[in-house]
Amino acid sequence: MTASAETLLDMYRTVSRIHACDERLRNLLNQGKIFIFYYSPRGQEIIPAAVSACLGPDDYVVTTYRGLHDEIAKGAPLRELMAEILGRSDGTCRGKGGPMHISDPRSGVMVTTGVVGGGIPIANGLALASKLQGDGRVTVVNFGDGAANIGAFHEALNLAAVWNLPVVFVCQNNRYGEFTPLHETQRVEQLSTRATAYGMPGVTVDGNDPIAMYEAAARAVERARNGEGPTLLEAMTYRFMGHFYGDQMPYMDQDEYQAALAADPLPRFRALLIEQGHATEEDLAAIEKEAGAEADDAVEFAFASPPPDPSDLFEDVYAEVRR
Amino acid sequence: MTTVELTMGAAINQALDEALAADPTVFLLGEDIMDPAGGVMQVTKGLSTRYGRERVRETPISEQAIIGAAIGAAMAGMRPVPEIMIMDFLAVCADQLVNHAAKLRFMSGGRTNVPLTIRCLHTGGFQMGAQHSQTLEAWLCHVPGINVVFPSTPADAKGLLTACIRNDDPCVFVEPAALYGAAGPVPAGEHVVPLGQADVKRPGSDVTLITYGRQVHDCLGVAAALEGEIDVEVLDLRSLVPWDAEAMLASVSKTRRAVVVHQAVRRCGVGAEIAAFLSEELWGTLLSPVLRVAGKDTPVPYAKELEDFHLPSAADITDAVRAVAK
Repeated sequence: MTASAETLLDMYRTVSRIHACDERLRNLLNQGKIFIFYYSPRGQEIIPAAVSACLGPDDYVVTTYRGLHDEIAKGAPLRELMAEILGRSDGTCRGKGGPMHISDPRSGVMVTTGVVGGGIPIANGLALASKLQGDGRVTVVNFGDGAANIGAFHEALNLAAVWNLPVVFVCQNNRYGEFTPLHETQRVEQLSTRATAYGMPGVTVDGNDPIAMYEAAARAVERARNGEGPTLLEAMTYRFMGHFYGDQMPYMDQDEYQAALAADPLPRFRALLIEQGHATEEDLAAIEKEAGAEADDAVEFAFASPPPDPSDLFEDVYAEVRR
Repeated sequence: MTTVELTMGAAINQALDEALAADPTVFLLGEDIMDPAGGVMQVTKGLSTRYGRERVRETPISEQAIIGAAIGAAMAGMRPVPEIMIMDFLAVCADQLVNHAAKLRFMSGGRTNVPLTIRCLHTGGFQMGAQHSQTLEAWLCHVPGINVVFPSTPADAKGLLTACIRNDDPCVFVEPAALYGAAGPVPAGEHVVPLGQADVKRPGSDVTLITYGRQVHDCLGVAAALEGEIDVEVLDLRSLVPWDAEAMLASVSKTRRAVVVHQAVRRCGVGAEIAAFLSEELWGTLLSPVLRVAGKDTPVPYAKELEDFHLPSAADITDAVRAVAK
């Protein structure tokens, strides 16, 4: 399946919204206006933009603490997302989750976990429910290369294959697990080769290439939708801002890092749209301006939202309030 | 009410059977649960034959994947009942239970919830060694967001399990393996024991024995043996989270003396929490410190002589009752 001009422009809109929100959060941190641990998705924006272009609003997504791009791409409302990141009462989770634990079931964002690999087994359950209920939904679970070395990954991929679940395992391989390059922690060249061990297709794709990423995602989602089972989709990318924002990144290979920055997928995507005649400079500037305005509005909304009341603490522990 | 004489294993099977029949969102998953095995203790026998392998699902030996799948399905409208064969193996899937199932309702500000019921058995006294004999309910009680349920009779097992499956939050239902074969009257048809309601298994006026699970029977034995000497009340908590604070306060306000009995090791056990609770609430009323009779603070040993010494005995309970009654 080839991405149409319309799909590519939709993806560019998504990428622009992610970039605008990420940039504003980094600016707020730089200016000392907020104090949070922030795991920037800068550099990885194309992946969820392409994956979400293949999904419907009812499909499920599971992601990790570096998940802002996945949440925005799936359609989580920016105002509530930003309010949650700031710990406000109008946040997606009423200030109880924070950026590591975004849930917004209305947009299909079911779980954001702070535990590396912890969401992978849960994605199977969402997919199993779809299979048992016959609702035709697909579940996509995002995780990093580091998660491919935790036991939950292996258990979950095996079970997904055994049960032939409608799930797509998207490994966003940004080449670093926290502060360690992946060649220190694995011997295989490509993590997708591990799929063989579970009896499912494993595909490696350039996650920074919008056209290739879309095609690979579309195939994996279609397979799941058609009852053909799970796929391990390894999307090669790069982490521009370190593990958390402010990380001095002494462990990074500087030549590799500079080369990755020079190949920033966002300006490349922009140039591609113009080169292929899908959009003009003015069209893209308008998309970026609109995304920026939406992000500004979300930030304004978040700062205006009151903090949660301490009495809210006892709600949502159990269905009924217990003290 | 019509009752039928059933073992605890059969009562649990009946609760599962009725839940599967009544609610299409209920399904079971776990290791060896399908026929012909029907579970390592045959508790799920016949159910895969009756309801099919989609609703009584065999799994690999993958505890994280089992609980993860149950969590995701629960979030998407199902009511899964995963089986973790033996309580010790909760340690294998602790991340899924503790960091995910217990917290997803809270972390999502109530936007999601996880109505699953983990069934697991606990042993002790069977010479199964240190990795198959633990009683780990205190770990669970320490994690807000989980209900912890511990039946002692076939009727309670059916009623409590039914309540767990219908509950909208994660429940861990602990089955004392020593009681699987013990029979008792079980209400036929609909039977629900609400969580958080203790049961006075024997009324008495001098000392309250607060306990749950297998030790309920040890305590009843001690109470019977002490009849004429000390009038002992046996309070079966039945669920530890939520627990029945009113029932404990009512009983101990009356007797003014309490002993907590559990199989789990003493240090930081449920008994410590109950003793603290009673001393906070009834200081000045109590005639004696609240004593604890519990497993000794060691791993559970293998040799029979060592295991017998590790476990709380009827003699230990008797000594404690006499000590507080002095």
